Amino acid sequence: MARNPQLNRHGELQHLLTTEGLPRDVITRILDTAEPFTVVAEREVKKLPLLRGKSVFNLFFENSTRTRTTFEIAAKRLSADVINLNISTSSTNKGETLLDTVDNLAAMQADMFVVRHASSGAPYLIAQHLEATGRDHIHVINAGDGRHAHPTQGLLDMYTIRHYKRDFTQLSVAVVGDILHSRVARSQIHALTTLGVPDLRAIAPKTLLPADIDRLGCRVFHDMAEGLRGVDVVMMLRLQNERMQGSLLPSPQEYFKFFGLTQEKLALAKPDAIVLHPGPMNRGVEIDSAVADGRQAVILPQVTFGIAVRMAVMAMLGSVEA
Amino acid sequence: MSLPDAEHLLVVLADQIRPRVGSDTALVGLHTGGVWLAQRLHALLGLAQPIGSLDVSFYRDDYAKRGLARDTRSSALPFEVEGRHLILVDDVLHTGRTVRAALNELFDYGRPLRVELAVLVDRGGRELPVAPTYCAATLDLPPRQRVKLAQDGNTLSLRLTGN
Repeated sequence: MARNPQLNRHGELQHLLTTEGLPRDVITRILDTAEPFTVVAEREVKKLPLLRGKSVFNLFFENSTRTRTTFEIAAKRLSADVINLNISTSSTNKGETLLDTVDNLAAMQADMFVVRHASSGAPYLIAQHLEATGRDHIHVINAGDGRHAHPTQGLLDMYTIRHYKRDFTQLSVAVVGDILHSRVARSQIHALTTLGVPDLRAIAPKTLLPADIDRLGCRVFHDMAEGLRGVDVVMMLRLQNERMQGSLLPSPQEYFKFFGLTQEKLALAKPDAIVLHPGPMNRGVEIDSAVADGRQAVILPQVTFGIAVRMAVMAMLGSVEA
Repeated sequence: MSLPDAEHLLVVLADQIRPRVGSDTALVGLHTGGVWLAQRLHALLGLAQPIGSLDVSFYRDDYAKRGLARDTRSSALPFEVEGRHLILVDDVLHTGRTVRAALNELFDYGRPLRVELAVLVDRGGRELPVAPTYCAATLDLPPRQRVKLAQDGNTLSLRLTGN
């Protein structure tokens, strides 16, 4: 059997590319490691020396100020030197290939690449290339690739759920919205299944569901009222505005009417259900302001936990020998 | 070899520290044995300040070689570090590297007035210029022999591990 490309021969995390196929004990280890990092943010000096002298390159082939910033903060809190490259506005426009860019940066003594790319599989390609060329001491973290995966988002969502709900094996969880185009949804679903969530639901219009949704281990609902009944966790997805242009959806107003999360719909979930959203939110499209600002929303804690989880991933990678 | 009785050493250590503590003195235990010890000392000395605890895993100098410890805990210093008299508490003083890591971590919380070190056992084998302020016993152990504190119920004892 082929080796899991994310793990080294000792079963330790070598790259973080996807939550799919990530062993349960590795996921749990990341969440456990993140916990003491949350305390660092409350200190006088918000820095730890773990990545001192290391260089982390944020390679963003697709713009995302927020995700890039959270990785930058996480790396800086670990004392790494951080270099931000927005390549969408840089050398690929001059015709350089992805791997040429990577080779150049590797020659600048990079220790870690945080990669965001519009094409699914780009971070995997980079990791493979580094290994094939004997530079497997350089680690790759996927910060979102195409429709494929956004593993640190998925993991920070797991951290958030565990923080409020403790035991995954007792939970009903609903993932709501544009699952078809969402790398976040895929990363969440794989992690939730691995962690043993017994009741996992996907709620979306037919046009926004992938064809293989059944194989992912979700029960499918096209009706919010049915799907939300009795759940412990509601995971909202961002409806990307550009999806509105095509024939997938009639209008934001109509989407909100059927699939927007309002207090009335949320009332069907358990009274202590929590609401997550990966941001940035479209208020009045997938989520009503009353819910986004309400007592059940844990959207801002997600952001705070996200720093700790990204620190944990970087700290674990930084201590792994190839 | 026979090891001294940890409960007896605890009393000896408390007697050494007692004349030197003031109303602003705080104990900081180093995980895990040092925290047990700090809890017992806190009760024996009747200190006003709560106990702090440090897990120095994030400051260890062998992180890149050995990786992060699996069960790293959150450090907690429930008092202002700035300007305070602190006593680091650990069960066994060996190479001095844990103390070095603890000092580095402490200073990321603030600038203490004075930092002292209390250990139950000094077993020799120092690799850094570190000396205890308070020490209940010294042991002469072969380099590869390990000794550590164990807690059974509320009773502390010293155990030999490794070889």
